[in-house]
Amino acid sequence: MTSVLSVRGLEKRFGAVVAADAVSLELVAGQKVSLIGANGAGKTTFVNMVTGYLKPDRGSIALDGVDIASRSPRHVARLGISRSFQIPQLFVELTAAENLSVAVCGARGQALSFHAPAEAHGRRAKVLELLERFGLTDLADRPISELAGGVRKLVDIAMALARRPKLLLLDEPTSGVSAEEKFATMDRVIHAVAPDAATLVFVEHDMEIVSRYADRVLAFYQGRILADGDPRTVLKDPEVRRYVTGRAQ
Amino acid sequence: MAHRRLHPLVMVLLVALAALFGRALPTWTLSLATIAASNALIALGIVILARTGNVSFGQGLFYAAGGYGVALIANASGLTDAVAQMIIGAVCGGLLGLVIGPLIARYSGIFFGMLTLALSMVFYGALVKSTALGGSDGFNVGRPSLFGMAFIDPREADFMLYAVSVVTTGLAGIAATILFRSELGLASLAVRENNLRVEYLGISSNRVITFNFVIAATFAGASGAFALMAQRHIDPQFAYWTTSGEFVFVAVLAGYQSVAAVFVASLALELVRSFSNLYLPNTWQLVLGVFLLGVILFLPRGIGSLWIRQRHKRIEPAAVAAQKEAAQ
Repeated sequence: MTSVLSVRGLEKRFGAVVAADAVSLELVAGQKVSLIGANGAGKTTFVNMVTGYLKPDRGSIALDGVDIASRSPRHVARLGISRSFQIPQLFVELTAAENLSVAVCGARGQALSFHAPAEAHGRRAKVLELLERFGLTDLADRPISELAGGVRKLVDIAMALARRPKLLLLDEPTSGVSAEEKFATMDRVIHAVAPDAATLVFVEHDMEIVSRYADRVLAFYQGRILADGDPRTVLKDPEVRRYVTGRAQ
Repeated sequence: MAHRRLHPLVMVLLVALAALFGRALPTWTLSLATIAASNALIALGIVILARTGNVSFGQGLFYAAGGYGVALIANASGLTDAVAQMIIGAVCGGLLGLVIGPLIARYSGIFFGMLTLALSMVFYGALVKSTALGGSDGFNVGRPSLFGMAFIDPREADFMLYAVSVVTTGLAGIAATILFRSELGLASLAVRENNLRVEYLGISSNRVITFNFVIAATFAGASGAFALMAQRHIDPQFAYWTTSGEFVFVAVLAGYQSVAAVFVASLALELVRSFSNLYLPNTWQLVLGVFLLGVILFLPRGIGSLWIRQRHKRIEPAAVAAQKEAAQ
């Protein structure tokens, strides 16, 4: 099995708060990994360090053997790691298609053209293909400001997928989505991500989502990895039940 | 997504018609239209930059750099050709923009605006103290010519300058329209809204800002050359903050959505200024202030929103239907 991401001894402190404490892990290509943990456990800090937004105090992060610990989000994205956000980070005055156009232009890996139309045929086709994957074709020309929260989540994830990343990190893909819609949303995400066979890491609080979609779970507690394994084993772990899921034994 | 857009060739035709229209204009309006076109050129640069979310309060720096560059070269070499002077002005402004742009692109919002203002005032201070450049009085340059033709008749000279400035500003407008529709134009709007997200998509937001900054500086340099040719005199006032403020005034009037709006705003401003100066000589600034307040109150996105808004209105009913669908 090929290791896509290799993390060794990652540490990050914010004053007295330990957000990452000797975090080490290997992610294998094609895995669907869920990060679970209470608020402040270190999940988003981990995502922020892997995507270059935060620099670790200590430790190494390597993508396909290339050290990325000191790289900026832009360089990390170019090397093959994309992410979506807990609160979708979109260009709200632009339409859904224009948001994806920006992502597709960025994914070309060349300098942006100052004369080639942003809606050039090839790019437009790619944008439409992404919209179709997420079932958003009918909403292509609607400004983001007029779209519902669940749809914004999908546009955010579609933008992250435009690069065809090796590793895709989703920060709470179903937060803000109604209980009735969460499985449908997650089904759509898994279906849309499948053709690119990216390694998928998603931060999640909903254990039903975790047990249904993840094939590996990392439970975080106070910046450490408390448990690592398949969902059935991790979710039954007494320490995970005590500190993470909060379920009585 | 498809909505009617003018083809660049149609735009070129419109520019040619606007230049020829000068033949029908009364003499007194030619110089007014020349100033309006020249101001529109620099305001267009501010609008291009504003699309990245950054407003320059110091475009007078590049305006003066273009003007002084042309004036010094013209006086040293005897070069009087209007097109050559415009190109020299644009190059002077652009080169200075290329030096300052990458440094200033790291800042945003009020810091960006204040830094541009500070740099223009430093330049102003240096010009005032520089005796070699005429100090606060500045110095004069000769009458411009065109392709070896000298214009003795004042009306012909005014028309020549009008035609060159309208064609230059028109071509700059066409270039800006192509830029607005391009990948970089779309990325500029994205940077304006969320520059961190742009970085996460693998795009350098600093590079996008720098590119727009250099374009704005180039347009400002060319505009400075036109102002020099129109006045045949240059002084440090070119770099003063009130001069920069006037160009921001035009950009605010126009909004950032339409190139045509910049020309309309610049012409409207010159007309309001000229007529209020004529009929209300002591209170014309008050009239200008009321005019700007009116535009901000009723057209907060500028004059361009008068026709750009139509596009959003057209899609509004469909959007309401989508929201109802989502709520069910």
